[in-house]
Amino acid sequence: MAFGPFLLLALMEGLVTAAVLALAASGLALVFGVMRVVNVAHGEFFMLGAVIAWFVASLIPGPAWMAFAAALVVAPLAVAALAALADALVLKRLNYDPEATIVATIGLLYMLQQAALTVYGPDARPVAAPFDLRLQLPWFGYSGYKLFVIAAAAVVLAGIWALMTHTRAGLVMRATQVDRDVARAFGIDVDRVYMGTFALGAGLAALAGVLIVPITQAHYLMGGDPLLLSFIVVIIGGLGSLRGTLVAALVIGLSDGVISMFFSPTLAKILATLLVALVLVFRPQGLFGTRT
Amino acid sequence: MTSLLMPTRRALLMGAGAGLLATALPAVVGAQAAPIKIGFQLHRTGIGASYGRWYERTAQAALKLINDGGGIAGRPVEILFEDDATDPKRGAEVVDKLTQSDGCDLVMGTLFSHVVMGSAPRAGELKVPYLVCSEGYHVASGALNRWTLQPGITDVRAQISTMAPWVSANLGKKVTMVFPDYAFGHDHRDFFTKAMAEQGGEVIAQIAIPPTETSFTRYFPQIPAETEVLYHVMVGPAVLTFVKELGEFYGTGAKPALFGFVDSLEAVDTATSGLEFLEGSHFWEAHPRVKPADAGEHEAAYRAAVGVDDMGASVSDPADISTYSHMFSTWETLYFIKQAMEAAGYTGPADRQKLVEAMEAITDLPYGLERPQGAKLFNGKTHQVFGAQYISKVEAGKLVKVHSTTIDEGLYPDAVDYTAMSF
Repeated sequence: MAFGPFLLLALMEGLVTAAVLALAASGLALVFGVMRVVNVAHGEFFMLGAVIAWFVASLIPGPAWMAFAAALVVAPLAVAALAALADALVLKRLNYDPEATIVATIGLLYMLQQAALTVYGPDARPVAAPFDLRLQLPWFGYSGYKLFVIAAAAVVLAGIWALMTHTRAGLVMRATQVDRDVARAFGIDVDRVYMGTFALGAGLAALAGVLIVPITQAHYLMGGDPLLLSFIVVIIGGLGSLRGTLVAALVIGLSDGVISMFFSPTLAKILATLLVALVLVFRPQGLFGTRT
Repeated sequence: MTSLLMPTRRALLMGAGAGLLATALPAVVGAQAAPIKIGFQLHRTGIGASYGRWYERTAQAALKLINDGGGIAGRPVEILFEDDATDPKRGAEVVDKLTQSDGCDLVMGTLFSHVVMGSAPRAGELKVPYLVCSEGYHVASGALNRWTLQPGITDVRAQISTMAPWVSANLGKKVTMVFPDYAFGHDHRDFFTKAMAEQGGEVIAQIAIPPTETSFTRYFPQIPAETEVLYHVMVGPAVLTFVKELGEFYGTGAKPALFGFVDSLEAVDTATSGLEFLEGSHFWEAHPRVKPADAGEHEAAYRAAVGVDDMGASVSDPADISTYSHMFSTWETLYFIKQAMEAAGYTGPADRQKLVEAMEAITDLPYGLERPQGAKLFNGKTHQVFGAQYISKVEAGKLVKVHSTTIDEGLYPDAVDYTAMSF
């Protein structure tokens, strides 16, 4: 394949990775930014989104787009509710202590994974894409659905940005992020903000899971990779910075696409991890983070 | 009242007698019918789960038949299934548990080659027969030990050497290979490349894909444009994604002829939407999934016993597609165990060495209900069995058998003589 089309395909693949990653990582960044909780179970919320999408799709008869649309609504809401429950039952009782919540979310990771294994089973199961469109370019064909994923992620991220900057809920979340004691002194119900943030973060991961499932199938072990990549993105972007997360997701996604295509996927992972190390050494607060 | 507190001598004696009898009875019954315990290392979870599900069903079906027919040497047979999560480290622990804690007479059933590689050394240390159902060349290559045998399924090297002549004669000479980047995939890479060269063909590109990969489009541009045949063999939960993305990539444009190992489609319905581009492409099969018109006389009974319909799906759920080209190996391995145990006069774990020697002495394994895939030839020196192979073509979304090979086509010179090794 000639260089031009080769690069085009690499960029398209990279954009899909970046889109899904940006969604998942922004959930992680939000939870860390506002709550200072390192959520190790974040990848499992991603997996649950995909798995619930499969259940919804297999329960709803009719055309694929209808089942998919239902999954797009049901899965993130169900996962958000589950996350709110986990917040109330576990994180709140630990008083959001940074170390204790890491251990607690590791426990949550295993519980969710094993629950999925028990209820959903060990198989990878496909969910039909909402529409069957293939773009035939002169050099290669490409899935129209993958382009839809990019667009959908962009819309959702714009929505999150608007929520954070233009609504009262966003204002309250940002206030809590800056100083939770002062926020509480101003009458903000910090516990409710935390619960809402944790649910929103999990819902974003689940949404990413629903979007990816027509491409890669739902499997109970699928949460591992997005967790690792989300952490990489969040560390590079600056913990808690949404803008940084977006930029880092684009950098990691696109470089992953281009490097894995021209060299090898393993090299792409090596370079991403190296980048994390360099950022931690030379700019520990991340590219867009602020020193605390 | 008094009789309870002060029992008579007669009552005491009777009670003691009854007690003695009660303790002795199970020992007598036990000696007559202590079951033979077979440990089954099962991929119930992890990336091999769809294979594991069918391996368990097939083994259960064969077990029922064997027990209905009087068991092994008159003793009933039990199988203890233990999940290894398709993980090599866990695999070795499972061999350990089945042998040491559960007291199994032998261990069988492993499919994924990395688990075999991780578990076989432990079986050798424990001196317990370890019968794998894996296809890998690792047994016959001499990499393992005297306690590891593969009596139920032909190895990759033999499968491939029978495929290469057909591929070069019918599909093309310039081949690009796509395979998983570990032991099983490397067997494909090494032996197919060699076998094609012997046929005057050439492998022009080898694309190795990490076994945990979930997205494949990025690998396809490495396929050279002059490729005439794309040879693909993938395993694990992402196989459907692999074939779908391959279809998206080539779509309606010009594409090379596709030749795949059915591993790329095991447990996947060939009529799934998105797989239309497979129409007209060819697959290796060990045991044709869709019942051929000229199937052997025992095919129907085997399908009924394992619960598979003529299309290769579960009789209870048409969406549950079997791993038909692999699962027969557990059935045939169980019958192999029966034959060897009866020949060796096996009585218990003390006879394990005698059992392996009896297995090594087996050669001809004729077609029958014991071997639904077909007649086989067992090589006691290399611990490997050899059987016929098949090529099927996708026609109207169905795999239709178009070519059969003979056992002889797959034979190659011995690379090892395990019988010369110590136990």
